Amino acid sequence: MKFNVEVRIKLKKGMLNPEAATIQRALALLGYEVENTNTMDIITFTMEEDNMKKVEEEVEDMCQRLLCNPVIHDYQINIEPED
Amino acid sequence: MRVGVIRFPGSNCDRDVYHALKLVGAEPEYIWWDLEDLSYLDAVIIPGGFSYGDYLRAGAIAAITPVMDGVRELVKEEKPVLGICNGAQILAEVGLVPGVFTVNQYPKFNCKWTKLKVKTTRTPFTSLYKRDEIIKMPIAHAEGRYYTNNIQELWDNDQVVLQFYSENPNGSIDGITGVCDKSGLVCAVMPHPERASEAILGSDDGIKFFKGIIEYINRG
Repeated sequence: MKFNVEVRIKLKKGMLNPEAATIQRALALLGYEVENTNTMDIITFTMEEDNMKKVEEEVEDMCQRLLCNPVIHDYQINIEPED
Repeated sequence: MRVGVIRFPGSNCDRDVYHALKLVGAEPEYIWWDLEDLSYLDAVIIPGGFSYGDYLRAGAIAAITPVMDGVRELVKEEKPVLGICNGAQILAEVGLVPGVFTVNQYPKFNCKWTKLKVKTTRTPFTSLYKRDEIIKMPIAHAEGRYYTNNIQELWDNDQVVLQFYSENPNGSIDGITGVCDKSGLVCAVMPHPERASEAILGSDDGIKFFKGIIEYINRG
């Protein structure tokens, strides 16, 4: 079975995000007064596996071992079977 | 005495480190990222650069290469390991030193001479300095802001190696820009000692990092 996987990686709450701060300042230069600007990385891929549970386990492992740094990141995994 | 200089695609300063090791009388050799058995080496240095294009996070991809398994084994054998700049980011990603080096507070590449305070002399690399000695070495990074969620433990265990003096150019917690593991044998520093290894470069304050390795190995 084929699954579509999406991993969203965000800095933990309270962590300084210099990129977001710079974007917010640049938006202010254009006259847009916005707050709580944030950025995140989204990684997508497809994988072949027997069932959803197995995909969940493997993607969780990928996050811990490579995709995220648990010291500074929170992540969210979305998995959908391909139609 | 054989000191390995590890190379990844995108490493730089590897030749500078090699040169500095030659200056202090070591036998440096380049090690490619796919070599796993490093047991014949007396010490290893991971130089700076932009391994794997800094994709994902600086150091994240280098951290999962076979050579880093070899580095873990060296650490078990109590041989000294030094990571400089990108090398420091890699050691943090692997978890051989605590915390993480992430995007500078002002998010641009920052290349300049800095004054630093040597906070511990118990690592082989800093054993020839005096505690709280002020030294001059350059930084050159965009992802060098040190962060750890357990700062007190770092101070309590004497794991702070270098601290910025008189300014904090990247927003590191407590101005920390060099840390070591609990043993002191694995050391990760953002400033470049090899770029301050001869007076003609503007400072030779960094050469003791390399002399210290020789002294440590000679002491056996």
